Amino acid sequence: MTASPPLLEVRELTVHHGQLRALDQVSLTVGAGEVYAMIGANGAGKTTLLRAISGLKAPTSGSILLDGADLRALRAEKRATAGIVMVPEGRRLFPSLTVEENLQVGAAYARPGPWNIDRVYELFGWMPQRRKQLAAQLSGGEQQSVAIGRALVANPRLLLLDELSLGLAPVIVTRIYDTLPGLLASGVTVLLVEQDVSQARRVASRVHCLLEGRTTLQGEPGQLTAAGIESAYFGLDAAPGAPA
Amino acid sequence: MTWVNAIIQGILLGGLYALFACGLSLMFGVMKVINLAHGDLAILAGYLAVGVIAVTHIPTVWSFLIVVPLFAALGYLAQRTLIQASLNRGVLTTLLVTFGLSVVIENALQQFTSANSRTLGIGSLISKSLHLGSQITIAYLDLVIFGVAVVVLLGLQYFLSSSRQGRLIRAVADDREAAQLAGADYRHVFGIAAAIAFATVALAGIAYGMYTSFTPTSGTTALLLLFAFEAVVIGGLGSLWGTLVGGILLGVVQQLGAQIGSNDQILAGQLLFLLILLIRPQGITTSRRTA
Repeated sequence: MTASPPLLEVRELTVHHGQLRALDQVSLTVGAGEVYAMIGANGAGKTTLLRAISGLKAPTSGSILLDGADLRALRAEKRATAGIVMVPEGRRLFPSLTVEENLQVGAAYARPGPWNIDRVYELFGWMPQRRKQLAAQLSGGEQQSVAIGRALVANPRLLLLDELSLGLAPVIVTRIYDTLPGLLASGVTVLLVEQDVSQARRVASRVHCLLEGRTTLQGEPGQLTAAGIESAYFGLDAAPGAPA
Repeated sequence: MTWVNAIIQGILLGGLYALFACGLSLMFGVMKVINLAHGDLAILAGYLAVGVIAVTHIPTVWSFLIVVPLFAALGYLAQRTLIQASLNRGVLTTLLVTFGLSVVIENALQQFTSANSRTLGIGSLISKSLHLGSQITIAYLDLVIFGVAVVVLLGLQYFLSSSRQGRLIRAVADDREAAQLAGADYRHVFGIAAAIAFATVALAGIAYGMYTSFTPTSGTTALLLLFAFEAVVIGGLGSLWGTLVGGILLGVVQQLGAQIGSNDQILAGQLLFLLILLIRPQGITTSRRTA
């Protein structure tokens, strides 16, 4: 490997929600072109991790580096223009705006790059016909697609995807995940959070399991056994730090 | 015929109410700030116009060219400092802070301008009017103010629905965190919304000063804040088109009340307000959700 710093590096990140320690000394490294999957049960700290990386939640200690540069001083909107764009949990579209207006807001502070609204319309074929519809009137799966499109038009270097599968039928989830290779080909790196372990193993180049805020397992999906993931996911035995 | 006249006068008065109310509606719709100093800001703009005219000797009608931009700048500054700081501490804090601002403005005006009433005299325009038949008289000034109100409200509605900046304002009003994730600095967007709100309230204050005389406490004693609130609620929160309709309805009902008895003008408006709250709390114009 070259000496250039990785795209994203998280070092010993600790985040508190009041008294609760939601993340405890979590470290990870995401290289350009990866699909890095965070798995874990409800309350494991996955969403907190993404919110800390995107700048919506201030960490207690530890650091987050993009291309080796510390992001501490950057507010969420500056991190977005620096190339870290999140698709938040629950989609969070602008309900009173149309599909197209949602995409236009996403593109308002876009970095230069391959993605634009027309290309999102190509990716999701149903969207052009319904671009004048209010986002609030779409189904869950459609909203999720618009949320991804809204993030893509900003031309992210690192795309954070939080619980894409939440509240969606499995067939819709598979269809949405099937768009990932196209994103990677355009040069986007993906850090995703997923409760659905089989989906995560299917699409990820690297899997990282959290349990109650701590890392219990990380490695390439092919090297991890189902039993190993199960014990890391549920904390069935105290065997952290599986082979990487 | 007097009833027809009352309705016409009410519509024209309603334009002024709507002009007062649109800034209030915008600040609530976008940043959930209930600006209790709104009426006093209008009066402050009136006094600023008096000062500007005294210093520069420009015609009264054109004083808005200086006062409105000044107020827009003041609105941006106030939002980025005082109001944002209070927003960060919770909704109740913004109520207390804007109430405090109201007291400060009234007392400062009394301190520096005396409690004497002022007008923004506009010479010949104030006395000229249009005669329709023998009983209906429409003052040119009222007609001009109504025209300005319609242009401002419809222009603002168009700006919000069609421009890039307007789209960002609506996005931030919907979900400020999601807007941040798209790279928008919501504090700056709030500042722009406040600048627009302050600009419209300055315009309303100057129009009011041409319409009638004002004193440092007119913002509260002339019930300007109350009428603005009522216009917003009657029309439906967050819809500028609704605010225009609400202002006009309020004006018409007040004028009809005045036909019954001179003491019934404000009472009639209140009753309409309470009736709307009772039977249609979302307002006359069921707008799409903007908050």
